[in-house]
Amino acid sequence: MPDPGTGEQLLRTAHQLIVENDDIANTLELPRLASRLDVIREICRHLAPYQAGERPIVGATVIAKDLTIDSLAIMDMVMELEDSFDVSIPMNVVAEIHTVDQLADTILDLRAKR
Amino acid sequence: MGLFDRHAGLLEAYRDVRTTGADPFQIRMERVLSPTEAIINGRKTLLVGTNNYFGLTFDPSCMEAAIEAIRAEGTGTTGSRIANGSYSEHVLLEEEIAAFYGKKHCMVFTTGYQANLGVISTLVGQGDHLLIDADSHASIYDACKMTQAEVVRFKHNDPSSLESRLRRLGDKPGNRLVILEGIYSMLGDSAPLKEFVEVCKKYGAYVLVDEAHSLGALGETGRGLCESTGVLDDCHFIVGTFSKTLGAIGGYCVSNDPDFDILRVTVRSYMFTASLPPSIVASVRQALRVVKARPELRKQLWDNVATLYDGLAAQGFKLGPEHGPVVGVHLPDRMLAIGFWRAMLDAGIYVNVAVPPATPNGVSLLRCSVCAAHTPQQLEHMIEVMTGIGRQLGVISGAPKLRVVAGSR
Repeated sequence: MPDPGTGEQLLRTAHQLIVENDDIANTLELPRLASRLDVIREICRHLAPYQAGERPIVGATVIAKDLTIDSLAIMDMVMELEDSFDVSIPMNVVAEIHTVDQLADTILDLRAKR
Repeated sequence: MGLFDRHAGLLEAYRDVRTTGADPFQIRMERVLSPTEAIINGRKTLLVGTNNYFGLTFDPSCMEAAIEAIRAEGTGTTGSRIANGSYSEHVLLEEEIAAFYGKKHCMVFTTGYQANLGVISTLVGQGDHLLIDADSHASIYDACKMTQAEVVRFKHNDPSSLESRLRRLGDKPGNRLVILEGIYSMLGDSAPLKEFVEVCKKYGAYVLVDEAHSLGALGETGRGLCESTGVLDDCHFIVGTFSKTLGAIGGYCVSNDPDFDILRVTVRSYMFTASLPPSIVASVRQALRVVKARPELRKQLWDNVATLYDGLAAQGFKLGPEHGPVVGVHLPDRMLAIGFWRAMLDAGIYVNVAVPPATPNGVSLLRCSVCAAHTPQQLEHMIEVMTGIGRQLGVISGAPKLRVVAGSR
């Protein structure tokens, strides 16, 4: 690909994830091939602040309905996930995504197509 | 299910807003007295939320031009330009705007909203890629819904975020069009346009800049951020509006592309709506002359911006990131913002209140827009009133910080 010479560098940077854990922030290097579990975990981390009551966030959670997140915050979360996994998810594709599972599958599909 | 059931959540939020005793979205100006004053609720009120940056709505020469045009050509065109034809003045206005920017082509629209909506949604189609700033205006988002192109958002004012998205497109076919704004309408901040343009050049992307809030305000001759950052020639399309600095209504797009005029028979928001009435065209043409002839208005505007921004900052208010004709005052939440807004109105000062989802990052704001016609006394008075209310509501600390803080900023 005619990417700039820094392409590899950028790719590595995009894989640096800050994982917060009780005020202790660790920087992890995500493996080149993100597993489905990694993706789900990362999505859940973004969604945690919007959890409604005690109901856990699972693969079948409908993001816009089962959580307290609004449409703008969903789009902002997608932007963060795009950078974490180095993919771009067009807005019309986002509009078709309802559940955590679907979002994870979309990210994995786009990564596979790169 | 009733037609309005889907709006239940919004209805509830709106009811909350109205319990404060005034509805910020249905303010009635009983009489407008000048660019800076109106009668609201029976009392004279200072206007600091009207986007009237140069105060030209009451400029005698613009008013006379509009009145004369009505006498000469009537009140309206009663149809679109492709159906009813153009008046000579439509064409002259387009030539004058094109000349102002030093671009070859210009198309005038009936509103700025329609200019963005129509131009952006038509420039890109199936297989193309539209990249927009996350804090884009509603007209840009609505254009995204109308196009078949793939739309991707990048982080607000972040050229590296745009770059990673352009890089990811790799060698995929299709044009790339990047949408930026000169001054963002909620927080008054400007795009780092030079850096954005560098990224766009590197990846062969077209650039469209919306100068709605920056026309007149930025650049040595008032052409906006494209001029002040020295990239006028690198911006393929510049969109703007007549409804702010130029004191009327309407929108435009200028470009050097030789095939630009094909948009006249493809952009639906141009084709299927009535064209601007003669009075508006005449006042806008005159307002553009005023902008060119009176650069001191730009200086007055920025002097006033400094007075308001620095004055509020010295009192401890949290503001947008930089000086701008829009001064956004951050408040902790929606209800406090509405309460603050209502207290301001009761004290005789009108500003805008902006709450989610109309604001970026879910912030609640009092949105003030500064006018060249504001007097320093009016703005000092406003700072005093806001400081008093801010202290009462616990938004800023009670102890007067005053000059010491002002000096250290």
